[in-house]
Amino acid sequence: MDLHFGDSKPTDDERAAVDALLGPPESSWEGADRSDADLRWARGGREARDRRDLLLPGLHAINDRVGWISEGALNYLCRRLTVPPSEAYGVATFYAMFSVKPRPATVLHVCTDLACAAAGASELCAGVEARLGLGSGVSVERSPCLGLCERAPAALAIKAGDPVRTAVSAPATVHDAVLAASAPDSAPEEPPAAMAVPQAGDPALTLLRRVGVVDPGSLDDYRAHGGYTALRRAFELGPAGVIREVTDSGLVGRGGAAFPTGRKWQATASQPDHPHYVVCNADESEPGTFKDRVIMEGDPYALVEAMTIAAYATGAHKGYLYLRGEYPRALHRLEHALAQARARGLLGDDVLGQGYAFDIEIRRGAGAYICGEETALFNSIEGYRGEPRSKPPFPVEKGLFGKPTVENNVETLVNVLPILTMGAPAYAATGTAKSTGPKLFCVSGSVARPGIYELPFGATLGDLLELAGVRERLRAVLLGGAAGGFVRPDELDIPLTFEGTREAGTTLGSGVVMAFDDTVPLPRLLLRIAEFFRDESCGQCVPCRVGTVRQEEALHRIVARTGAAAADDIALLREVGRAMRDASICGLGQTAWNAVESAIDRLGAYE
Amino acid sequence: MTVVPLGIPRRLLEFTIDGEPVRTTEGSTILDACRAAGKDIPTLCQGDTLTPKNACRVCVVEVEGSRTLVPACSRKAESGMEVKTDTERARHSRKIVLELLASSVDMSTTPQVAEWIKEYEAKPDRFGPGAARLNEEPKIDNDLYVRDYDKCILCYKCVDACGDQWQNTFAISVTGRGFDARIAVEQDAPLTDSACVYCGNCIEVCPTGALSFKSEFDMRAASTWDESAQTETTTVCAYCGVGCNLTLHVQDNEIVKVTSPHDNPVTHGNLCIKGRFGYQHVQNRD
Repeated sequence: MDLHFGDSKPTDDERAAVDALLGPPESSWEGADRSDADLRWARGGREARDRRDLLLPGLHAINDRVGWISEGALNYLCRRLTVPPSEAYGVATFYAMFSVKPRPATVLHVCTDLACAAAGASELCAGVEARLGLGSGVSVERSPCLGLCERAPAALAIKAGDPVRTAVSAPATVHDAVLAASAPDSAPEEPPAAMAVPQAGDPALTLLRRVGVVDPGSLDDYRAHGGYTALRRAFELGPAGVIREVTDSGLVGRGGAAFPTGRKWQATASQPDHPHYVVCNADESEPGTFKDRVIMEGDPYALVEAMTIAAYATGAHKGYLYLRGEYPRALHRLEHALAQARARGLLGDDVLGQGYAFDIEIRRGAGAYICGEETALFNSIEGYRGEPRSKPPFPVEKGLFGKPTVENNVETLVNVLPILTMGAPAYAATGTAKSTGPKLFCVSGSVARPGIYELPFGATLGDLLELAGVRERLRAVLLGGAAGGFVRPDELDIPLTFEGTREAGTTLGSGVVMAFDDTVPLPRLLLRIAEFFRDESCGQCVPCRVGTVRQEEALHRIVARTGAAAADDIALLREVGRAMRDASICGLGQTAWNAVESAIDRLGAYE
Repeated sequence: MTVVPLGIPRRLLEFTIDGEPVRTTEGSTILDACRAAGKDIPTLCQGDTLTPKNACRVCVVEVEGSRTLVPACSRKAESGMEVKTDTERARHSRKIVLELLASSVDMSTTPQVAEWIKEYEAKPDRFGPGAARLNEEPKIDNDLYVRDYDKCILCYKCVDACGDQWQNTFAISVTGRGFDARIAVEQDAPLTDSACVYCGNCIEVCPTGALSFKSEFDMRAASTWDESAQTETTTVCAYCGVGCNLTLHVQDNEIVKVTSPHDNPVTHGNLCIKGRFGYQHVQNRD
């Protein structure tokens, strides 16, 4: 590999940002000034290229410090990591939070997704843009779901510098959002995570029992509330015993695919190839989903403990926590939790004195919904564009860095704690025969008390909406987020289980329950969903790359039409939708037509 | 004579294609087996010298038990698989893929696409005149290559050929995402400011003519390009001792472009700048 770097040089600031991450360069081969020694030896080869996975952290470092990624900065980072500049440019332009063109140091992301759109995001955007015009030093960007749906509408300000500063404004007014962008340090503190849990403090809770009760910054408090008993139990059981418990519990993945967790762990554990990896998928970007954020902000040690158990069971010594870039508070809480756990011997070379080594590294996403797809996430961590890989081979065989990998989302992992503390039979007794355990639901939209609700599987949609205080004149409920489907207000007796929703021809997906009353214009909502998928398609395969565009175009054409006037375009949508579902590489393209189809068929959106 | 290297012996797999039993060696793809069985499956992004990328999805087939359709070009055949190549479902997806592609890019120089569009009864113009297209002017920034992204279907072949699969120059990458994704060099710069070494291997693999030799591009623009009047002569490159094969495309006694046979065991169709472009001295008649 003979890499070609241009002449552009980094500024001192950019160089410092990269060096703060990678350490100072050791030779001119890495971008330092030339010394006599450099004439006689070269560095590179596999050792240098093996650091490719630091590309994404490197891009973050530059973007955080300067606000955008210049050619000189990218060149310097490429030299340090032996990455071809064209590939690094391809990666930098893949993520929405990065810019390769100059922009102001402060970016205000205003959420325009479903819950926020229903709560007046477009007025907020217009107001903020009127106040923060050219020359204000703030770039206002319309953002997909920020995961703050319980406090819609929401805005997130990121001010580049050393250190980077962030501020969240939700529910946002024009005044608050402008304040957050212009002075993130003096913006009011976000409400505690427990505010998103209307049931907080209820002793009957399992997954959420510590949220709002425990101090998320204190390891001692976590332990005082039952923390690390599950890990101790795991060490008593041994890896095979843990997998047996998880299998017997009937736990299935909560990220949307509902794959049996025990089987996934067993398949990874039994792979002869090593090392094994554990990856926590915390790239929660499904519009309407915010449960993982609340857990990470309110009970971060639970996730650390659960990942440790997953690693122990599957024989992994390294874990990656892939966290979406839009969650600054979760990042801080988790970073603190990891440092405390390390300092107290709960991570590191000798976890709990059991001679078992395990550590966790946080990797930040940079604004790409597709990176929640498990194989796209691996590519993202490895420093490539977050494009999904084709399966097979499956991650349990060839996952992160081509090695056997178990990947679970936050909610799935956190379920492992009660499984071990109460035992598989007791856990499996909760819920229904096929959907065991408790389930988290993210309720937002037209309800009195939006937030995260925990219910045993089997409760009906009506039960849940009653808890959340559904308003009158309910028009539609979106289940499972943008990739899910709509149901009618007369279908509230659908049981919230995997089998129950499947029987009803819909999906539980990631646990989104978004209620819309009749003030929300349905065609606009569908258009927003189509726009979301068009924006978030990685562009790799044709059905998704072009199909999502054609879908949006057709919905634009019929936005104000019904009946016969819309029939041709609806037929077109069906044909394209069917090919997207059948022929796309990954779940994004395969589900991009679900919500629109359900709105047409179940709600009669254009009749 | 082409030398075919013999690898270690491989197990034979038995499965069915369209109900008929077939046998193929372990490691073969469904596409390999289909072609051996005489089944015609359209492919665009598949390259005979490259790892399948399965990006275009025009080769999808139905495999019993699979929730979605399966790309024949990359899925390995397995014992007991039941493959159906010509079902309504597979044909529907192929038709839509052809419509989506032909409505968004110019496929006039893509071999075979016109036939497939007819065969699958695809109607690319049914998305209306407002359907988003690339509509980009060709990039002409050097004397050897033209990049015409209006014809690019993002098959990734050029990226793979320039990268770790052949050339190891890494001048080309995919940038942006979704419909805005483009093939580009770093910073979207002109080719002359990039890492490009002008080997032309990207042009060799481009299935649509989005990448072309300047000679061919100019002649097409002047309507003097006439493939039927061209002869192809394969010879050995005289620049060094590697032994690369060159195929000289000659029209009116002038070399108009140089390609390389993909089944050549030395180069598999790849050349360097000298073999690919260093032919002017041959026809310098001054």
